[in-house]
Amino acid sequence: MSAQQVLFDAPGPRARRNIMIGNIIGGLIVLGILAWVVSALAGKGQLAASMWTPFLESRTWEFFILPGLVNTLKAAGIAIVTSVVFGLVFGVGRLSHVAPIRWVAGVVVEFLRAVPVLLMMIFFWLALGSSGAVKPQDAPLIAVVVALTLYNGSVIAELVRSGVYGLPKGQREAGMAIGLTRNQSLRNIEVPQALIAMLPALISQFVVILKDSALGFIITYPELLQYTRRLGVGEGNVIPSLFVAAAIFIVINFALSTLATRLSVLLSFRTKGRRPAAKEAIAMDAAST
Amino acid sequence: MENYLSLFETYDVPAAFWINIQLSFWAALWALAIGTVLALFRISPIPSLQWFGAAYVNIFRNTPLTIILAFGFLGLFSVMQINLAGELDVSLFRIAIVGLAVYHAAFVCEAIRSGVNTVPLGQAEAARAIGLSFLPAARLIILPQAFRGAIAPLGNVLIALIKNSTVAAAGSVAAEASGLMKTMIEFRSDLVIPIFLTFALGFVILVIPIGLLTTWASRKLAVAR
Amino acid sequence: MQKTRYAAAAVAAVAALTLSACGGGDSAESGSGSSAEGGGESLRIGIKFDQPGLGYDEGGSYSGFDVDVAKYVAGELGVSEENIEWVEAPSANRENLLSNEQVDMIFATYSITDTRKETVDFAGPYFVAGQDLLVPTDSDIAGPEDLEGKNLCSVTGSTSAQKIKDQYPGVQLVEQPGYAECVTAMGGGQIDAVTTDDIILAGLAAQEANAGKFKVVGNTFSEENYGVGLPKGSERCEDINAAITKMIDDGDWEEAITRNTEGADYTFNAELNPPTPAPCA
Repeated sequence: MSAQQVLFDAPGPRARRNIMIGNIIGGLIVLGILAWVVSALAGKGQLAASMWTPFLESRTWEFFILPGLVNTLKAAGIAIVTSVVFGLVFGVGRLSHVAPIRWVAGVVVEFLRAVPVLLMMIFFWLALGSSGAVKPQDAPLIAVVVALTLYNGSVIAELVRSGVYGLPKGQREAGMAIGLTRNQSLRNIEVPQALIAMLPALISQFVVILKDSALGFIITYPELLQYTRRLGVGEGNVIPSLFVAAAIFIVINFALSTLATRLSVLLSFRTKGRRPAAKEAIAMDAAST
Repeated sequence: MENYLSLFETYDVPAAFWINIQLSFWAALWALAIGTVLALFRISPIPSLQWFGAAYVNIFRNTPLTIILAFGFLGLFSVMQINLAGELDVSLFRIAIVGLAVYHAAFVCEAIRSGVNTVPLGQAEAARAIGLSFLPAARLIILPQAFRGAIAPLGNVLIALIKNSTVAAAGSVAAEASGLMKTMIEFRSDLVIPIFLTFALGFVILVIPIGLLTTWASRKLAVAR
Repeated sequence: MQKTRYAAAAVAAVAALTLSACGGGDSAESGSGSSAEGGGESLRIGIKFDQPGLGYDEGGSYSGFDVDVAKYVAGELGVSEENIEWVEAPSANRENLLSNEQVDMIFATYSITDTRKETVDFAGPYFVAGQDLLVPTDSDIAGPEDLEGKNLCSVTGSTSAQKIKDQYPGVQLVEQPGYAECVTAMGGGQIDAVTTDDIILAGLAAQEANAGKFKVVGNTFSEENYGVGLPKGSERCEDINAAITKMIDDGDWEEAITRNTEGADYTFNAELNPPTPAPCA
């Protein structure tokens, strides 16, 4: 149901007047909230020019924001690739016709989806750091990437699985009819189609990865938030620094989310006849951090 | 094994989980309240409110929770000097709840909206036909059905919220599970794997029943059509 | 930055290889320790990056007391400033960095303790710090006894935090990821005192953004001997001790402290400082 059009009548003169009044009141309330926030910030001197001028200096960007952003993108980029691989392997594993593989994949995926990412990050960070298996300086990055991969890979595995379930049965039957084995049909016919159908949800998951990479600051990975805090503390402009960091994340993630929405509209033509409910349910997993 | 068991005498693991449960409980209530209001805004006929709802969702859904919680301590508490209680630890606990609630409200809003999408067009038309205006129609006809359709996605938000309550350690609620796990591993690095599995299992026990319960409830309560 | 770091590491490795090649009979041990000892053109030194006044990443350059001592010691070892590769050494990682030979030495508010001596060697001490309190300039808190019912901030899981919890249960303690957060909260009036080693507090108070706002109480209630962390079996200890003694004797040591705590109302504990480096094991 597209609620916007049917929850209320096409407005007549009176309704239009009411909406206008409501709009003005609503607008005033929104403006009031904004004004309150601005005045509260200004009252604490947070809007003073000296708080914001550091962001006009190239030094701030060269040594704090850009290195932080590069590290964030590096961790997220690696994790995106590895979690897609992980997701494909375990997604196909959950669809395997060999029962033990299916069970193992199922237990692994369900377990990893239930454990908080932060818990995994702290675990790998401390375990890798003390084991000597990796260089201590590399432990935070590896811990961030591994934790993000295990969690998001599991979610992607579920995407693959529900995507394949959502395909019309004829796809597999056609594959078998031309002499493919079940595995061949899965790999060559069903999973590629499932991935395309699930592309929007997949991209939403990339947003989750990017956001979750900011957990790395807790385990000393020098990502954007870490650098921003360092900058804010050095310059005495913590709140402006956090605003800038948040704005950078919002812009990148909003672009990705918009891409996901566009794609889902585009793909809805290609994926007609599949169960949309599966998509809805899976996409909501994006609530994680 | 004895080593492992002695850990529980030194460290109060259930108490740490209890902090996470309390955080999640209060944050869930607030997130549900804020999220419902936002969903109403987004389906209302008033453009300014629609715009506000959409802006809220897009901003908070795309900001890392760590930044929101850091903003809670550094911004709200330290610089703006907002105290939510007389006692320091209670005040910080509540600030963490606010951070968690504000963030997850965006997802609650989207979950309810997806629930509204399960309500057939005819329901709204029927409501209009018997003369209900927007608010009564939303309250009596649309939202009750939308909530029933939104149980599964709302359950997912709750699960995410419980897991995300571990991030509150960054927002200064030090005694919760991820903070305690870190302390325990640092002092007993020989038991790193058992310690991790203990905490992981704790979350599995908290989270999996919620998943099963909401799946069951969403089937049971699905509006028969 | 990462790239240049790798490049520097590569240069160091090549240099070490060349050196050992020249030495002919030398064992081809990779990296640091014995093999780089002879020529010693470059050093990898672990410092804090986020501790203003001690070890702080200014964006491309590093400042602080630890950094100044490290530069002086390196100079005495025949390594010029541009040949030092600075490596971030967070508290939790210091032993690992040394035992995996990722750094040649560590100057990072590193207290000499018996437990740590089991896994790493120490030169120094080059400074004796003590747990103290940082309070707003107009505060009347004069020591830990005055903290009853007050709000105190320290870093999550630190020994300073633990000590307060054990000995002064009436204090309301907030634990934060870094001292900088504590200072921000105290600047807003939400926290009455921040606790950790006095020199760390002085470094925080000396920051431009905090100038004139805070004072170090100057009533230390513990003794922390800051040493130079070295990999087990390092042969540099004697030379480092000699360098530290020289730095103290020619006045650079005191000047470094004054420079890095300028603007903070702070004087170091003159009874215990300057310290005499302990004999090497």
